[in-house]
Amino acid sequence: MTTAEPQAQKTTVTVTVDGVTFEAQPGELVIKAAQEHGVYIPRFCWHERMEPVGMCRMCLVEIEGGRGYPPACTTPVADGMVVHTQTDAVKQIQDGVLEFLLINHPLDCPVCDRGGECPLQDQTLAFGPGESRFVEEKRHFPKPIPLSELVLLDRERCIQCARCIRFADEIAGDVLIDFVDRGDRMQVLNFEEQPFDSYFSGNTVQICPVGALTASQYRFRARPWDLSTVETSCTTCSMHCRGAVQSSSNRLVRLLAVDSEPVNHGWLCDKGRYGLEWVHSEHRLIEPQVRDGGVWSEVSWPDALDRAADAIETAKELHGADAIAVLGGARGTNEDAYVWSVLAKGVIGTDNVDAQLGDGLPAEFVLGMERAEIADLDRARAIVVLDHDLRDEVPVLFLRLRRAVLELGVPLVDLAPAAHGLSAHAAVIARTVPGEPLAANVHDEISRACEGRQGRVVVVVGRGNLAAAADSIVGAAAELARVHDVRFLSALRRGNVHGALDAGLAPGFLPGRTTLDAGRAWFTDQWGGVPAERGLDAEGILRAAADGKIRVLVLVGADPVSDFPDATLARRAIDAVDTIIAVDGFESESTKRAEVFLPCTLWGEKAGTVTNLEGRVQRVGRKVAPEGTAMDDWRIAAELALRLGRDLDLATVDEVTDEIARVAPAFAGVTSELVKSARDGAVLPVAGHLDEIVLRTGELSIMADDGSGTSWDPIKVHGEAPEEPADESEVTAHVDAPALHVWDRRAPQPEAPARDAYALRLVVGRALYDDGRLVSETPLLQRLVRDPDLRVHPSDLARIGVDSGGQVKVTSTRGSQVVAVRADAGVPAGIACMDFSADALGAALLVDAGQPVVDLRVESLR
Amino acid sequence: MTETRIVTKRLRDRPDDSWTIDGALASGAYEQLRAVLAKGDTADVQEQVKLSGLRGRGGAGFPTAQKWSFLPPDSFPRYLVVNADEGEPSTFKDRMLLERDPHQLVEGIAISSYSVKCNVAYVYVRGEFALGYERLARAIDDARAKGFLGRDILGSGFDCDIVVHRGAGAYICGEETALLESLEGSQGMPRIRPPFPAIEGLYAKPTVVNNVETLSTVPHIVRMGGEEYAKLGVNRSTGTRIFSVSGHVNQPGNYEVELGMTFRDLLYGLAGGVRENRKIKFFIPGGASSQWLTGSDEHLDAPLDMDFVQQTFGVMLGSGAIMVYDETVDPVLIAWRLAKFFAHESCGKCTPCREGTGWIEKVLYRMSHGLGRPADLDLLVDVGGNISPGVVNAPFVQTTICPLGPSAVSCIASLNKFFRDEVLERLRNDAGAHA
Ligand SMILES: Cc1cc2nc3c(=O)[nH]c(=O)nc-3n(C[C@H](O)[C@H](O)[C@H](O)COP(=O)(O)O)c2cc1C
Ligand code: SF4
Ligand code: SF4
Ligand code: SF4
Ligand code: FES
Repeated sequence: MTTAEPQAQKTTVTVTVDGVTFEAQPGELVIKAAQEHGVYIPRFCWHERMEPVGMCRMCLVEIEGGRGYPPACTTPVADGMVVHTQTDAVKQIQDGVLEFLLINHPLDCPVCDRGGECPLQDQTLAFGPGESRFVEEKRHFPKPIPLSELVLLDRERCIQCARCIRFADEIAGDVLIDFVDRGDRMQVLNFEEQPFDSYFSGNTVQICPVGALTASQYRFRARPWDLSTVETSCTTCSMHCRGAVQSSSNRLVRLLAVDSEPVNHGWLCDKGRYGLEWVHSEHRLIEPQVRDGGVWSEVSWPDALDRAADAIETAKELHGADAIAVLGGARGTNEDAYVWSVLAKGVIGTDNVDAQLGDGLPAEFVLGMERAEIADLDRARAIVVLDHDLRDEVPVLFLRLRRAVLELGVPLVDLAPAAHGLSAHAAVIARTVPGEPLAANVHDEISRACEGRQGRVVVVVGRGNLAAAADSIVGAAAELARVHDVRFLSALRRGNVHGALDAGLAPGFLPGRTTLDAGRAWFTDQWGGVPAERGLDAEGILRAAADGKIRVLVLVGADPVSDFPDATLARRAIDAVDTIIAVDGFESESTKRAEVFLPCTLWGEKAGTVTNLEGRVQRVGRKVAPEGTAMDDWRIAAELALRLGRDLDLATVDEVTDEIARVAPAFAGVTSELVKSARDGAVLPVAGHLDEIVLRTGELSIMADDGSGTSWDPIKVHGEAPEEPADESEVTAHVDAPALHVWDRRAPQPEAPARDAYALRLVVGRALYDDGRLVSETPLLQRLVRDPDLRVHPSDLARIGVDSGGQVKVTSTRGSQVVAVRADAGVPAGIACMDFSADALGAALLVDAGQPVVDLRVESLR
Repeated sequence: MTETRIVTKRLRDRPDDSWTIDGALASGAYEQLRAVLAKGDTADVQEQVKLSGLRGRGGAGFPTAQKWSFLPPDSFPRYLVVNADEGEPSTFKDRMLLERDPHQLVEGIAISSYSVKCNVAYVYVRGEFALGYERLARAIDDARAKGFLGRDILGSGFDCDIVVHRGAGAYICGEETALLESLEGSQGMPRIRPPFPAIEGLYAKPTVVNNVETLSTVPHIVRMGGEEYAKLGVNRSTGTRIFSVSGHVNQPGNYEVELGMTFRDLLYGLAGGVRENRKIKFFIPGGASSQWLTGSDEHLDAPLDMDFVQQTFGVMLGSGAIMVYDETVDPVLIAWRLAKFFAHESCGKCTPCREGTGWIEKVLYRMSHGLGRPADLDLLVDVGGNISPGVVNAPFVQTTICPLGPSAVSCIASLNKFFRDEVLERLRNDAGAHA
């Protein structure tokens, strides 16, 4: 701005704290504004992601011209305000509050998990009195008591800051804990016979300022100063919450949430937080094996790789490249997926490749839709949910959605097939019936919800129903694409599925969101060849396999028998394939028949990049050395390529990242250097999101510089906008590179049969704690798996003639099963909901992938 | 010495039927409501209340008209909440007004609601007041039946109804924001201010909270005119107040007197002096939360003037309850009993009160039961200072959310001020005995 220009209207307020004068946003709290300008006001109850309550009184300050000592955490800044946080009177108050907090505190620091990172310890050191004047008897409670399987409470250590209670209420919406009693008998408790079973309970342990809440998993396992830490992203689902993973003696012991503004706001779900144990499970296979005459034997890596390469080569020679298929690749990093893509498409020459297992949405749609970012939810004109229950699918996305709707007032249009955690807050509910088009008036309803509001409409789209063909979702999305200024946010849940699709692990695609046809010339140049024609997706591969047309099936961290919605088809396919090559950490229903088993590294053992559901590329960190001789998936692919006659010339993971940046159009500019320097990663394609890049100016630290613990306060990495805007040319793909694929908004018409009055149409959704490997190998979470019962509307229950909780026989075209049934008024009449599971009673045995929908006959057993 | 009976006139004049609709109507009830509605000038009522100088009778003594004026002019709905939780130990005036003149309160509520443009009033009645609740509920029904409440009151077009809510036994629910929380169905815990109830009160709507006696006075102000009412009393303490006198006096009870009367006239003239002609050792002039005064002439001859006693002695007339202790009483034991009350009633929301009141109680228990240590008194003063900095040398402030925490410190400040030597000597003796 030049001096000649008129002074723009001042939108900030001038505040002075301890002699430092700065500009702050009106309405900002003194405690936050001061912190941002280098003055740390001690606190216990205030947490910047929650409403202030002013309970602990640790943050009292003096404000010139005001009376008394207002809490910095509840007082907004005002223009001209002069604040003092270090006066004798303020120090006396801090001494006093600390003394009060300590009189009834057990001071069992030596056996407390918080010891070493405890603000009560630290602040007592920094601000507190030297010794106790309290000679009375302390308050006693039996300790600890379980609030749930995951969280234990030591009431003697509790300082009644209500952080846990407020989190459960404000952030998670799980009002399962509260204070009971009053005065110094006041204590946190769950309700009688109702444990604190929140998917987000672990956050309360992290933000509890003392050792009152402890995690049953971490309790007594380590001392903070013995832990080493690496910044990472959780890849248990596709949200990729930022985290700090910690290990001790080469074992992962704890995952803490890092506060990332664009992604997770400092929260994790319990599955992500506690799902570490599977890495070190005793069931893990950590040496290569081959099977001869039905007998497994451990062999050396070269032998195993030779065996696998031979099988591939032979099949290709005898039956052509199309006789080879690759399923999986969504569990690893982008680098893993990319090199597997090179191997399959560039080296072997097959396009029968799919990272999704029939449980997602077509790559044509996912890779080509106009995308929204997670943060767009906050500023949306309206949010449309075209999915099922996000809390079970992508838990922390559910938290972001909940905040956008409840706190920021964004109207929610709920098109899910049955009620879910946010339905009560929806502005419009129009339940989607599987196999039927969206309600005719859906556009009017959306306009109504948007009335008087600005911004985009964000459609959150996932595969809410595994019992209906994905086409119906794409059809609905095509319909919604007509809404003015609309963007889509994928809710596909599988770990790095978006990274795998971006890397080309889908039929008809090549790395970087380009189609086989568009990218043919460019990738032929880069790789020396690409498949001639579009190949099969997972369903097609399994059908072809069942028909004997697939001779070698490579399963890269994939278990179709357990994960493909139609288990009958998957099993038939697995049984028919000649040779299965498994790249995995565990034996599974599908890999049991494998001829070669190649053990790969898992999360925590590998570094690289991953892409979350909004297309944000972030780093995952390597915290522990791999178990046994497990190898990174990308290296396994490179070794196989070498044996098939191609040296990919990739020595380090950074080299892979850089090659992706060079050849894959959507990744232009996403070099290993950028990914390391950009604090919040980078959203693809970077050219469109350059202004969002924040460069890190410091490393993550769990312990603050002065040695005090910070893990209970939002863990943040410092960053700043780059001084010079990045050069567009550095993030633009090569002129010869193919264009990015754009979804043609083709609307496949669902051709479902009309519903008949005697059948219930099946909706198969996801339960967070499913029968997947991570849960089954983490005993703590295994206990939380709920029985997969059939949920139907009470009126249907009456019609069937069975009580809630009773057993029914359900019959689909696939066969019959006996399951427990439960009344659920949130399920529309005529619909039956079930969580996906592949075990003996599971929905996977009812689903018929050949049918557009699954209609169930339900009979009472009486 | 005589009482000046305004608010207590009907209940004293008609001991047999003052609470019934017939008794009330026979003695002028609802005439002021009728007059106000006939006149149709809401601003006029506020003006009269302002001229009257009426200050809240619930404890804080805040000017009532000023409180009403804080309501944002254009924000509706708004609520009037009546504080009938009367939990301050030794206070029993609101109970009498509820039990024996509920129509006076109903009329006061209706007039005040009209004046502040509110259509629903809530009365939060202390849970233990069974009779008061019954009579109030009955009075509301009867008033509604007669057209003094409900839709289109007396054909004026003004609607007003009253909802009665019974408390569940927590003293803190008398604190106005905790009361609002409790009314809303939450745990009774004070709110952080700002926002003040006048801006965001019940259900986040503008709300006025007034005491039973305050609102019971309003019809009389309307009847007498504000200026006339203000002629009663002294300085900024206008009108009359009901004092609940208890303890070692010969005639304990409620006395409505003109403000400005001396403590001596009230305690000796009206309450009959101290039993067996003993001397007053000390008395608590304004409910358990107040600091104490002694039987000295200086204190006894002081006027019942809210500002005077505050400025001169650092005590308050508070809820208008005076507890008298004669020379046989152990002040440490009384202090312990008071501290025990506050420790028991602390809501637990903020650290200094939650932990501090419990600590104080434990120390005072030891001191009053022969287990004190010489350092205990100074320890208490110091701990008290962390709840209420400056408590010993007013003006004091608070580190707590609400004044309950500081209330627990009043007894310590008083012990220290008046009985320091006596207490210290005793602590030394106790310590010697246990050495
Ligand atoms: C701990 C505490 C308890 C209180 N209890 C009562 C009570 O029982 N009755 C009452 O009228 N005011 C009580 N108050 C005062 C109220 O907060 C409020 O000031 C009063 O109801 C306002 O009415 P007024 O302006 O008409 O006096 C209490 C205050 C505190 C801090
Ligand atoms: S358990 Fe922890 S978070 Fe919860 S109130 Fe107590 S100290 Fe605060
Ligand atoms: S929401 Fe997903 S990414 Fe986040 S912690 Fe849970 S599993 Fe991990
Ligand atoms: S001062 Fe006491 S009663 Fe008041 S809010 Fe704090 S803990 Fe509750
Ligand atoms: S941090 Fe402000 S009162 Fe607790």
